[in-house]
Amino acid sequence: MINFTLNGKEVSVDAPDDTPLLWVLRDEMRLTGTKFGCGIAQCGACTVELNGMTRRSCVTPISMVEGSYVTTIEAVEGREARAVQAAWEAIDVPQCGWCQSGQVMSATALLREIPNPTDEEIDNAMAGNICRCATYVRIRAAIKNAAKELEG
Amino acid sequence: MKNTLNIMAITALMAGPVMAETVNGLRTVNEFDAIEGEAERSTALFEEMMVVIGHPRCLNCHPVDNSPRQGMDMQMHEPPVVRGEADFGAPGMRCTTCHGEQNFTFAAGGGSIPGHTPWQLAPIEMGWVGKSAAEICAQIKDEERNGGKTLEELHEHNAEDGLVGWGWHPGEGREPAPGSQEIFGELTKAWIETGAACPAG
Repeated sequence: MINFTLNGKEVSVDAPDDTPLLWVLRDEMRLTGTKFGCGIAQCGACTVELNGMTRRSCVTPISMVEGSYVTTIEAVEGREARAVQAAWEAIDVPQCGWCQSGQVMSATALLREIPNPTDEEIDNAMAGNICRCATYVRIRAAIKNAAKELEG
Repeated sequence: MKNTLNIMAITALMAGPVMAETVNGLRTVNEFDAIEGEAERSTALFEEMMVVIGHPRCLNCHPVDNSPRQGMDMQMHEPPVVRGEADFGAPGMRCTTCHGEQNFTFAAGGGSIPGHTPWQLAPIEMGWVGKSAAEICAQIKDEERNGGKTLEELHEHNAEDGLVGWGWHPGEGREPAPGSQEIFGELTKAWIETGAACPAG
């Protein structure tokens, strides 16, 4: 049995140690906001927060989260998360939307550390989040808008 | 039957030590005993250490720039990542965004993502890619560029450090470094004991 805190609630999961966290989130917990994209940590669609840091849940064995704090797109909160979500809505960042929960998780993590990131800092933080609709221009604009909102 | 057993025993006696001289592409210390001059022996021992040091499993995380490499062809790391201030990636995308506490075989098969705690780039002053054996030898003896290690500590690092040891246990789909960490440690020890000589530049 693996015990951890998921979106603020203590949960227990009975799954083999090498079960990916993403499987547990989607199939056991029915938290389907986190997406499966590639399964090999190349696309970023499955990004969640593990103990406050971004983490690709498709390559995270459930045994690794014992005693940890996991936050998914359904519960990410705080002023950076709110600013990111508002900025995303304001300019309609998503096209198909598949990668966007991962984009939002990474953008939020970036702004928590660097409230007013440069283009290079945005590139470095977001390089692992691929969007096959190529919404990158809007993602960058939304991150900058969120940063302005946070400054104000 | 008795003859067969005798033959097997003789074969085992002959095969054992001979096979032990080169293990997984790395020669053991006793291979160098016949070299008479101590400095010459020391240099030869270091060149054998280079078989490990110069393997992509080790070089990939000892770049002289700000991006790790990956694979036997040492291609640029994908996704593109940067060294960052602490050799641990960028804010929002640290090494641990993907790399976990241990190697993790992909759920769908077809390989694995490497992991170990800690998992990070070697500091830039410890960069090796593109350097000669002479340059790397001078570098790893220089406390300014080896993390302040004495030669004894360097031996301990090579022989016992967990992240160094990962090179021989790199996970599914990845070729291990030559030899074993034990042999690499013994080569390092013998190199130091013979004066830690470096190849000519």
